[in-house]
Amino acid sequence: MVERPDVALDDLYREVVMDHHRRPRGRAPLPRVDATAHGFNPVCGDEVVLSLALDGDRVAGVRVDGRGCAICTASGSIMAEMIPGHTAAEAEATAAAFRAVMHGEPAPAGVELGDLEALEGVQKFAVRVKCAMLPWVTLVDALAAWREGRTDATATTEAEEATR
Amino acid sequence: MTATATTAVGFDPRALRARFPILARRVHGRPLVYLDNAATTQKPTAVLDALTSYYTTSNANVHRGVHTLAEEATALYEQCRTRVARFVNAPDPRGVVIVRNATEAINLVARSWGATLGDGDEVLLSEMEHHSNLVPWIMLARERHVTLRHLPLTADGRLDLAALPSLLSRRTRVVALTAMSNVLGTINPIAEIAAAAHRAGAVMVVDGAQSVPHMPVDFTALGADFLAFSAHKTYGPTGVGFLVAKPELLERMEPVAGGGEMIREVRLDWASWNEIPHRFEAGTPNIGDAAAFPPALDLLEELGMAAVRAHERELVGYALERLRALGWLQLHGPMDADSRGGLVSFVDPEIHPHDLAQVLDTYGIAVRAGHHCAQPLMRRLDVAATARASLAIYNDRDDVDALVEGLVAARTYFGLA
Repeated sequence: MVERPDVALDDLYREVVMDHHRRPRGRAPLPRVDATAHGFNPVCGDEVVLSLALDGDRVAGVRVDGRGCAICTASGSIMAEMIPGHTAAEAEATAAAFRAVMHGEPAPAGVELGDLEALEGVQKFAVRVKCAMLPWVTLVDALAAWREGRTDATATTEAEEATR
Repeated sequence: MTATATTAVGFDPRALRARFPILARRVHGRPLVYLDNAATTQKPTAVLDALTSYYTTSNANVHRGVHTLAEEATALYEQCRTRVARFVNAPDPRGVVIVRNATEAINLVARSWGATLGDGDEVLLSEMEHHSNLVPWIMLARERHVTLRHLPLTADGRLDLAALPSLLSRRTRVVALTAMSNVLGTINPIAEIAAAAHRAGAVMVVDGAQSVPHMPVDFTALGADFLAFSAHKTYGPTGVGFLVAKPELLERMEPVAGGGEMIREVRLDWASWNEIPHRFEAGTPNIGDAAAFPPALDLLEELGMAAVRAHERELVGYALERLRALGWLQLHGPMDADSRGGLVSFVDPEIHPHDLAQVLDTYGIAVRAGHHCAQPLMRRLDVAATARASLAIYNDRDDVDALVEGLVAARTYFGLA
């Protein structure tokens, strides 16, 4: 057995992240689906299939499906826990704040990141930023499609190249 | 762990490492274990020196100018062509087009030879192809209403040759297949398929990106009409690839890019084409990297490609055995080393390949994780991604042992062991 490496692997896989990865939330089917989007990470082939139930402009339920790595799974699980009860605009603001953090920028004031803070370490691992962003770019596209009266959309993480 | 078996194959991979300076570096404080050779191989000092030497002594543009440097640069560039023809036993250096990479070589065939195809014509590919041997044909099919057909795979990741007779017909104009899968490692019976393709009246295009660097490849004996491969997967520089073709086929093909170098005569509204292969090499080519490639071929010829294959066959057999013994991995592709090149794709059902590769990286072990530019094959295997360890002349059993230890460590890290 080789000894544990001295690299900052634990910055990537924090306990909160591992917990969401092992027991992902938001996997159960929704009673009603108002918007869906299919997100794709062309780098690794990971997929997120996102379904949303909306009450007016308020997110009532989230289902995150698909296949992804621990970071992608944890990020989607945190999203499923965070955004129900929030308006579409609030969910989009969270997505924007999380993207800022992933790209090494300060989070805008007044946006609560909650468990997403546990993913902060991902920004040190440039290629993994896309993994963390996949559920969120999919959410943004699902909401954009919903506003336009469509029920489905597709998203990719191509624009999520880490900035540093 | 296990003593390195080197004498059987005629060279000592560990000793070869001294010729590859990058292999001495450390990653995260540990010796680099480079197992991503199917993506690109490392470069020997001889190649690096040739690159420097070209730019410090002979740099000039090729095929023009009578001055000494121009003559030297042209000779070095053309020497690359001659050496490539010899290395793959092509009938004539005039059949070797120097391009950027294997992808560009296949695109050239699909665009130029593809322009002779029409409605109802068919191109036969397979389910194990790299995107570089799928997408150029998809583009052709969109432009010219050509039908694409695909050889299916058997359960253990070989081409299902039983399906070949029903897929080949007089409509088939092109058969384009990889000689060695970059995901499954499968070595395909190209000579047999080429003979069948020719009987049907089709040309045989061989994607040799994985085979040329790792086993003896004889263009003439294979019965190939076109063979694509890249320098950078063959211990040479990036930015240079080759389309090896039968000269008489190139003679019948139109260029796909126009400009300098590729013309015989130009008027304001008219141009005629240069001789082959120059008509396919518009603009100033990648002279420096082409000039630096022959030393890589020197190294491979010094070892002997039969010995290279014997080494990688032995090592992939050892890797299959050790990875299978772990008990929890899904291994993809044929399980006998005779049928596969030196690479193994695997999935830990409980650790995503990305996470696995991340943990391995912390141990200095470089493997590839992802869809390996073979999304249709990933779908066929019903996985989003795999991890892949791919071997080269400088790898030995210690590298495989390090990988196995890393895979165990990953399980521990993720709380599975």
